[in-house]
Amino acid sequence: MNLHGIWAIYRFEMARFGRTIWTSLMVPVITTSLYFIVFGSAIGSQMREVSGVPYGAFIVPGLMLLAIFSESILNASLGIYMPKFTGTIYELLSAPLSPLETVLGYVGAATTKSVVIGLVIFATAHLFVDLPIAHPFAMIAYLVLVAATFCMFGFAIGIWAKGFEQLQVIPLLVVTPLTFLGGAFYSVTILPEPWRSITLFNPVVYLINGFRWTFFGTSDVGVGISLAVTAGFFAACLTWIGWIFRTGWRLKS
Amino acid sequence: MANDPILSIRGVSKTYANGPTALEAVDLDIQRGEIFALLGPNGAGKTTLISIVCGIVVPSTGSITVDGHDALNDYKQARRRVGLVPQELSTDAFESVLATVTFSRRLFGRSGHSAYIEELLRDLSLWDKRHAKIMTLSGGMKRRVLIAKALAHEPDLLFLDEPSAGVDVALRRDMWKLVHRLRDRGVTIILTTHYIEEAEEMADRVGVIAKGKLLLVDDKAALMKKLGKRELDLTLVEPMTAIPAELEEWAPTLENEGHTLRYVFDATGERTGIPSFLRRMQELGIAFKDLETSKSSLEDIFVGLVEEKR
Repeated sequence: MNLHGIWAIYRFEMARFGRTIWTSLMVPVITTSLYFIVFGSAIGSQMREVSGVPYGAFIVPGLMLLAIFSESILNASLGIYMPKFTGTIYELLSAPLSPLETVLGYVGAATTKSVVIGLVIFATAHLFVDLPIAHPFAMIAYLVLVAATFCMFGFAIGIWAKGFEQLQVIPLLVVTPLTFLGGAFYSVTILPEPWRSITLFNPVVYLINGFRWTFFGTSDVGVGISLAVTAGFFAACLTWIGWIFRTGWRLKS
Repeated sequence: MANDPILSIRGVSKTYANGPTALEAVDLDIQRGEIFALLGPNGAGKTTLISIVCGIVVPSTGSITVDGHDALNDYKQARRRVGLVPQELSTDAFESVLATVTFSRRLFGRSGHSAYIEELLRDLSLWDKRHAKIMTLSGGMKRRVLIAKALAHEPDLLFLDEPSAGVDVALRRDMWKLVHRLRDRGVTIILTTHYIEEAEEMADRVGVIAKGKLLLVDDKAALMKKLGKRELDLTLVEPMTAIPAELEEWAPTLENEGHTLRYVFDATGERTGIPSFLRRMQELGIAFKDLETSKSSLEDIFVGLVEEKR
C-alpha cells in the first residue's frame, strides 16, 4: 500500500479546501440560515409538526444532505478534473498508485470536506431549533456513508466531464431537483396519489429518510430499504470507477 | 542484473481509436547509466513511446520491463524507478515550489521529509524560490520545477521530453550540465528532442523515429562515422555554369551560383578521391582560391533518414 501517495493526494486536496476555507464554510452557514428564515419561520409557522417532529427540526437532515450532495459532487469532481484540465494528471497516472489508493486519496479528502460542511450546518441549525438525535452513531456513520458515496459519484463525473459546463450538469439538473422532490422539506406521506407512488421511484427519498431516521427515529420508508439504496448507489459508483481505471476511459489515451 | 538493460521495450505498438497508428512494433533496449536521445520530427511517436513506458498511455500491443519489472503487471515497482519531465509546463499554479516537489516525492511512495529535497532544490537553483507560488515563476524556472518534481523520488530512469522546448540558452546549458551530473550518479536518461545539437552534446546513443517506426538505434559516434559524409568545398576563381564531363567521375555539384564546387566523399573510406579530383582540376585549368572541408552533423543524418522514410 502506497500510504505516502494516498497521504500526498489527501493533503493536496485538503490544502485546496484550506485556501477557500471561509467561502467553503460561510456559504453553507448563510444558506442554512436563509433556509431557516424562509422555511423555518415563514412556512414553519404554518406547519407546526411533520410526523410528530417540529417543522424547523424536520428539515435539518434534508438541509444537511442537500449541501452534502452538491458539495461532495463539486469537491470530488473538481479534485480529479483540475489535473486533467491543467495537464498535471500525467504525474498521477505515472505514479505507483493503485486505483484504490488514488480513490482513497481523492474521495477521502472530498468526504472529509463534506462531513465538515455537514457538521457546520448541523451546528448552525442548533442556533435556530432544538435538535435531539435519536441515533448519534448511526447519524455520523450515515453522514460519512452518504458523503463518501456522492464523492465517488463526483469523482466519476470529474473523469467523465470534458468541460466545466459538464461538471455542473448532473448536480444542477439531476441531483438538486431530485433532492427537492425527494422529501428534503416535506414528508412524502403528505403527497396525494399518484405523486406519492411516483416519488418512491426517486432514490433520494430513501437517502433523506434514512438520515432523518437517525435524527428522529421515524421515517417515511423502512430504514433497511434506505440503507440498501445507499449501499447500492455506493456499489454502483465503485463499479463505475473500477471500470474507468480498468479501461483508462477518459483518463488515459 | 547489472548488465541487463534498465528498460526493455518489445513489440510495442499504439493505434488510437479511429486514429492513426502512432507506434509500430517498437523494440528498444536502454542500458544502465547511458544517455539515450530519441530523435524525430513532430508527430513521430516520441512522446507516445515515453507515455506508454510511464503508464500514461495504454499500448495496443507489446511489453515493457523497467529494471526487470513488467510495466503492466508489476507497475508499482516499475513506476517507482521512473521519473518524467513532460514537454508541457503543466504545474499546479497555486502551490509553492517546496510543496509541489514534496507532493511528487510522496506520490511515488517516499517520505516527504528529506534532506534530499533541499539538495535537489539547491542543485536546480530553486532553494531561494522554495516558498514562491509556481504561478509567479518564469517559464525557465517552471521547467526547473518540473525537473525537480521528476527527480524528487530519486528515479533510476529519467525521461526528458523535449527538455529544451521554450528555454533560453543559459538554462539549456544548465540542464545539459545537470544531465551529465545525474548520469555520473548512475541515473539513466532518455531524452526526446528535435534539437540535434542537444543530442550531439549529450547522448551516448541515438535512436531515430519517424511515423511511429524506430528507424535506427546506434552509438552516436558510430552513427556519425557510419553515415557521416564529408564535404570538400572549393571556392573557384572563375565561376562555372556547368560541371565539365571530365569531372563527372567524382559527381561534384555547383553551389553558390557556380562560385563553389562541392565534392562529397566518404571520410571513412580507404580512398577519399580528393587527390585525384584536385589533380584532374589542375589538368583542366580550373583554379580555386580557397578550400574547406566539413563533416555532416547529426542533423544532416537525421534529415537524410527521415527524408528517406518519406
